[in-house]
Amino acid sequence: MPQLFRPASNTIAKGSIAVVVLLLGGTLAVGYITDRGSWMTFVQVAPEQPIPFSHKHHVKDDGIDCRYCHTSVETSHYAGLPPTETCMTCHSQIWANATLTQPIRDSWATGRSIDWTRVHDLPDFVYFDHSIHVNKGIGCSTCHGHVDEMPLTYRVNTLYMNWCVNCHREPYKYIRPRSEVFNIDYEYPANQEVLGRRLMAEYKVKDARTLTDCFTCHR
Amino acid sequence: MHNQPRYKPYAASNFFEDGRSERPTIEDTVARGQLHLDEARYTGKLNGKDVDYFPIQITRADLARGQERFNIYCSPCHGRLGDGRGMVVLRGLRQPPSYYDERLVTAPIGHFFDVMTNGFGAMFSYASRVPVDDRWRIAAYIRALQLSQNGPAGIANTSETTTSPSQAQRPPVREKMGQRMGGGLK
Ligand code: HEC
Ligand code: HEC
Ligand code: HEC
Ligand code: HEC
Ligand code: HEC
Ligand code: HEC
Repeated sequence: MPQLFRPASNTIAKGSIAVVVLLLGGTLAVGYITDRGSWMTFVQVAPEQPIPFSHKHHVKDDGIDCRYCHTSVETSHYAGLPPTETCMTCHSQIWANATLTQPIRDSWATGRSIDWTRVHDLPDFVYFDHSIHVNKGIGCSTCHGHVDEMPLTYRVNTLYMNWCVNCHREPYKYIRPRSEVFNIDYEYPANQEVLGRRLMAEYKVKDARTLTDCFTCHR
Repeated sequence: MHNQPRYKPYAASNFFEDGRSERPTIEDTVARGQLHLDEARYTGKLNGKDVDYFPIQITRADLARGQERFNIYCSPCHGRLGDGRGMVVLRGLRQPPSYYDERLVTAPIGHFFDVMTNGFGAMFSYASRVPVDDRWRIAAYIRALQLSQNGPAGIANTSETTTSPSQAQRPPVREKMGQRMGGGLK
């Protein structure tokens, strides 16, 4: 009886193990990339808006503060979107005949709201609050990125639970002085760790144990 | 679970004709704690005339807050110095008068409150964006700007370089403010 397995099959057997491992790894990698890539998370993807509103023009070029439009961000859980009246304070005069700004005037004339599409939308079982973050020294740009360079608004973070919890475990990595919260060009200093810990004590930031408790965000 | 049958702020609703889930209050509704009887404080007027004193106490911290709020809500048009040459004006908005015009330097403080509350000519009202007491703080800061620009040269320089609220106002301005504001300054 001739040999069933010739010496070469040793290599084939080893090879096939490698192939299986690679295939498995590859599938996982593809799965991970699809799941965490912008395809699933919509990070870096700007949704279509009724008016192509540009933070780049309004914030960077015209130097308007976030709070001029997002008035309630310091005092409530909700940052607030500007009512049509806010747009009209300027656009009753500038770009007052352009087609781009026509929906603003339509809204003003008819009293119907402008239907903005949400860029960030947490699931309803998560509780989030802007005012606590802003008042404890987390800047807009830490979570929203360089909004002032976005011709159309998009998201730079997944808003997944691990993103929130990563920071809640070690907030000192991200805390800045309160006076810099609205400074979109703020850069963390080299000694952030020391500064962050000092500010945590100064602002009486809760400890990681409390901040990672499930009921902090799911209440 | 991701989308529960409740409304988040500003959510659309097809129940109401105007498509909004948020309902306007019925006219003449007075919410608890919102009965504003202090006429001077909430309208800036007494018997139809602009008041010329501060109905709330203005401390140094209030001035700093006034400066911060001014830079957010007024400087896009009026400029950080109040000279009426803000960024948006450079892009074509009608130029507002400078705060250093004689007429505005001598205007009673209630006038500034009234302009913010009810708007003025081409300028819209800021009542929905700036709460009542902040409006008085902004008014106080404008007065400080006016005094600093018309006062000794040294003060004018400080106002040009003040960018952070912490270094808001120097004592000389405060003393003058004290006189101008009828001693309301602590
Ligand atoms: C001139 C008014 C204006 C100013 C100033 C402004 N915004 Fe906005 N912002 C808007 C409008 C209108 C929208 C809704 C349309 C959109 O998403 O682009 C918006 C949307 C956003 C969103 C996305 C909201 C969502 O749907 O999830 C973020 C985040 C944001 N702004 C952050 C900022 C920050 C940070 C600043 C200051 C650096 C700022 N904005 C300044 C008007 C403004
Ligand atoms: C404080 C003044 C101000 C406010 C408030 C404001 N804008 Fe503008 N907007 C401008 C100026 C100035 C320009 C011209 C930008 C330029 O040319 O750099 C502009 C330009 C635009 C344009 C033209 C396209 C572009 O981006 O240049 C659109 C569209 C627009 N604004 C939409 C809005 C909407 C919607 C709102 C309300 C949420 C709003 N603006 C509120 C000052 C303002
Ligand atoms: C800790 C991270 C964080 C910081 C800091 C932060 N945001 Fe947000 N922002 C979020 C999240 C998360 C959402 C989505 C909330 C939701 O879907 O309920 C959001 C939503 C928004 C929205 C849409 C309206 C709303 O409230 O849902 C605006 C506008 C906005 N942010 C502006 C700002 C501005 C301006 C600042 C700086 C003062 C800021 N944010 C700071 C995380 C942050
Ligand atoms: C960059 C850092 C950072 C990120 C990202 C962040 N947080 Fe926070 N969060 C903080 C800090 C700092 C506090 C202040 C803690 C305190 O109360 O002292 C806080 C407080 C809170 C609180 C209030 C806790 C309390 O009881 O006082 C809630 C709720 C919360 N965060 C939810 C979230 C959610 C939901 C997300 C993700 C969508 C998130 N946070 C992302 C830093 C962050
Ligand atoms: C800092 C805020 C925060 C804390 C603390 C937190 N979560 Fe979450 N959790 C979130 C956010 C944000 C999401 C939504 C993620 C998404 O968009 O799918 C979430 C989603 C979930 C989900 C649903 C996952 C899904 O895809 O449906 C479960 C289950 C959950 N969290 C359990 C927990 C448990 C258990 C704890 C305590 C150990 C906890 N969470 C603590 C923020 C938090
Ligand atoms: C969108 C641009 C804009 C913004 C922002 C703005 N203003 Fe004005 N303001 C104007 C214009 C334009 C005029 C001139 C109105 C006219 O004469 O028709 C004016 C006029 C004034 C006047 C002079 C009234 C008079 O008696 O002549 C005062 C005082 C004033 N504004 C205060 C403020 C204060 C305080 C703020 C901040 C809360 C502010 N403005 C924000 C555009 C603006």
